[in-house]
Amino acid sequence: MTELLRIEGLSVTPAAAPSLLLVNNVSFVLDSGKTTCIVGESGSGKSLTALSVMGLLSSQLKRLQGKVIFQGQDLATLDNEQMRDIRGKRIGMIFQEPMTSLNPVLTVGYQIGESLTVHLGLKGQALKARIAALLEQVGIPASRANSYPDELSGGQRQRVMIAMSIACEPAMLIADEPTTALDVTVQAQILKLLDELKSRMNMGMLFITHDFGVVADIADNVVVMFRGQIVESGTVADVLNKPQHPYTQALLACVPDAEGKKPLKPIDYSWLDEERAA
Amino acid sequence: MSTTNQPEFILTARHLNKTYSQRSGRFGFGHSLIKALDDVTISLRAGSTLAVVGESGSGKSTLARCLLQLQPLDSGEVLFQGRDLAALPASELRAERRHIQMVFQDPFASLNPRMKVGEIVGEGLLIHKLGNAAEQKQKVLQMLKRVGLTEADMQKYPHEFSGGQRQRIGIARALVLEPKVVVCDEPVSALDVSIQAQILLLLKELQQEMHLSYIFISHDLRVVRHIADEVVVMHQGKVVEQGKVDDIYAAPTQQYTRNLLNSIPGRKAMAEATH
Repeated sequence: MTELLRIEGLSVTPAAAPSLLLVNNVSFVLDSGKTTCIVGESGSGKSLTALSVMGLLSSQLKRLQGKVIFQGQDLATLDNEQMRDIRGKRIGMIFQEPMTSLNPVLTVGYQIGESLTVHLGLKGQALKARIAALLEQVGIPASRANSYPDELSGGQRQRVMIAMSIACEPAMLIADEPTTALDVTVQAQILKLLDELKSRMNMGMLFITHDFGVVADIADNVVVMFRGQIVESGTVADVLNKPQHPYTQALLACVPDAEGKKPLKPIDYSWLDEERAA
Repeated sequence: MSTTNQPEFILTARHLNKTYSQRSGRFGFGHSLIKALDDVTISLRAGSTLAVVGESGSGKSTLARCLLQLQPLDSGEVLFQGRDLAALPASELRAERRHIQMVFQDPFASLNPRMKVGEIVGEGLLIHKLGNAAEQKQKVLQMLKRVGLTEADMQKYPHEFSGGQRQRIGIARALVLEPKVVVCDEPVSALDVSIQAQILLLLKELQQEMHLSYIFISHDLRVVRHIADEVVVMHQGKVVEQGKVDDIYAAPTQQYTRNLLNSIPGRKAMAEATH
């Protein structure tokens, strides 16, 4: 197993209020060919952590400290020009909303081809062939290259996004809630596709989600975040079956199970008071 | 759950049909017909919860809106306490609406941002002329307290609340009229999972206390498993399968239902997880 990404002591704050830690001293490691899920509720800092890796934090936020070491190189020390060379080429990214992430006036083939031209200099027939191959790889007929995004379903659009993100065969894929807006049957298909691509291309996948059910299906390792901090991390089996932290236990307990065996339990935050008192 | 002087079914919808015309083709120059409801028949048992599940485009939200007559039906009847709502004149329909209320998905969009919470929750009482001003205020206060808000909250505006609190306001607004049927259209889909559990438990408690019957529209099969007594599975405007929730989850008879249930993320692992 080779280490692909190492985050060390990452903290993010609003530029205007440096004492408010939105991401607080976060550290973890992602290996090639493995999937690490960051799971948490809204405001837990899971998306900000992913955006920090890509260097895509809004200008109102700032990385206070920490290292983001990708393939041995600290991304925090790179300038915009160097980061642009990594984004889309060595790190791919897909987002929650396939509708808003695609340009409505360009064909999907053109949009998939953009990064191939920019990063790999592909043109003409070679470009066309590569676009067709990518579409086939994500389960869309190659003839769809000439379609506009509005002619595709939500699931197909997310497949196009995946084709774009893996176009340059990146070493790492960051997926931020990629199936949250999709129907449950389509979600199952997309999760399967991502898992297959990860194995076939030996990518490391950083997968952001709020849904422990999705974690159970796709993760090798899990990082649980709460109010900017990692409260627990470990293998998926350990976190699901032997959760150590009271927040992880509570978060798992309030996910309704499909068998209806466990009573619903809202999160009890009393542990937080105890922790503060201690 | 029905008592002797109460009919078994409080709401019955028969042979509902609804067709939309939709722009289609490049730039929307063409148009095609979408059958949103195709001969849909459902019955809601008094005091129970009937969940309508389906994926986007299945017609489940159209069904919710058509039951309440918020959208006209092409054909079919909606029987509430023996009267066909689809055939009632507007004034009588307005009077009946007091008994059939709705809780919406998006607690951010469904509350008027310019009204105080006390006004939002009290508006129904005002419209239906239930009690004098002092009685109305008392009722609103009681209802807000019941859903977990305070007297001080009456003077606040919706933006001052979190998503979960806003959904509590939406529930108070629907229930202050003491309805018999509540149609909940994806009431917890926009909420974090911890808040979702709170709201589901609140809905269950209120159902017991106020003898409510719920139509619960949802795409989330895990939530439905916990809240529903009976389930209707919809696909492309048609009812694919319906029955008791235990039966359908244990032994679905239709392939479409099986696909849906098999797609629940982490189904096996989450049932086995120790918490």
